[in-house]
Amino acid sequence: MSHLDTVPLWAAIPAALLVLLGSGLTLLGTIGLVRLNGFYDRLHAPTLGTSWGTLGIVLASVILFSTLEHRPVLHDVLIGLFVTVTTPVTLMLLGRAALHRDRAEQAPGVPPAMLHPPTSEQVPLEQSP
Amino acid sequence: MSRLVPHPFLTLGLVLIWLMLTRFSLGHLLLGMLVAVIAGWAMSALQPERPRLRRGSAIPRLLGIVAWDILRSNAAVAWLILTGSRGGTRRSGFLHVPLRLRHPSALAVLAIIVTATPGTAWLEYDQESGVLLLHVFDLVDKAQWLDLIQNRYEARLLEIFE
Repeated sequence: MSHLDTVPLWAAIPAALLVLLGSGLTLLGTIGLVRLNGFYDRLHAPTLGTSWGTLGIVLASVILFSTLEHRPVLHDVLIGLFVTVTTPVTLMLLGRAALHRDRAEQAPGVPPAMLHPPTSEQVPLEQSP
Repeated sequence: MSRLVPHPFLTLGLVLIWLMLTRFSLGHLLLGMLVAVIAGWAMSALQPERPRLRRGSAIPRLLGIVAWDILRSNAAVAWLILTGSRGGTRRSGFLHVPLRLRHPSALAVLAIIVTATPGTAWLEYDQESGVLLLHVFDLVDKAQWLDLIQNRYEARLLEIFE
């Protein structure tokens, strides 16, 4: 509590708003993850948390700790940078795994494989015993 | 100089990150430079295909556009989730986007942009035909999304890289 008492109001208000924005978007992302139908739709919801969800919380942290310690505290920005740069890796992995499964199961509405040269991805799974 | 620091931007970036993670002091500057130079050698041992910047001055503008688009699409997707997908009328779908970009670094940047923008998900990219398969959360108008990827992002990346 002693720390928070020393935060001036002009820093506390934007920090609080940004925390609310960031955590609110992250919460919406998780709600979407539960409520949406289908894998590909659900893939979109958590990106709320990895984009402005993270950014809002990180910016609030920068504002709060820069005013508390009377020096620019910027290392939180790196969290945002690394989250942004590494999210595509997970997302593509999940997306391609889902495509592979749906094509193997010949699920309706999934575009056919277009990768050249033809790889094992196009071999249907039913061949396995 | 180029033998000691084969990747000047990487090395400079690593020094900056080191200073951000620690404190701005002479000792940490020297230590960070040592680490960054060694990391630069390690990077050149991997022999990556070097990205060549043609017009670096276009980068800030692209960053600004992307930041604004991310904010806008955050609001759009959050609204769709809150309203229960516009009362169930929202339709998502797959979209094939033919790309002219070929440079791996430029494609990586495009992947980060597409992923960071809620509402679009990069699913797969075929290197030979250069076609990208996207999944779009709110696919109202296909032409509009094609225009967004090809003209708003890809054209600017083509300007920056190669």
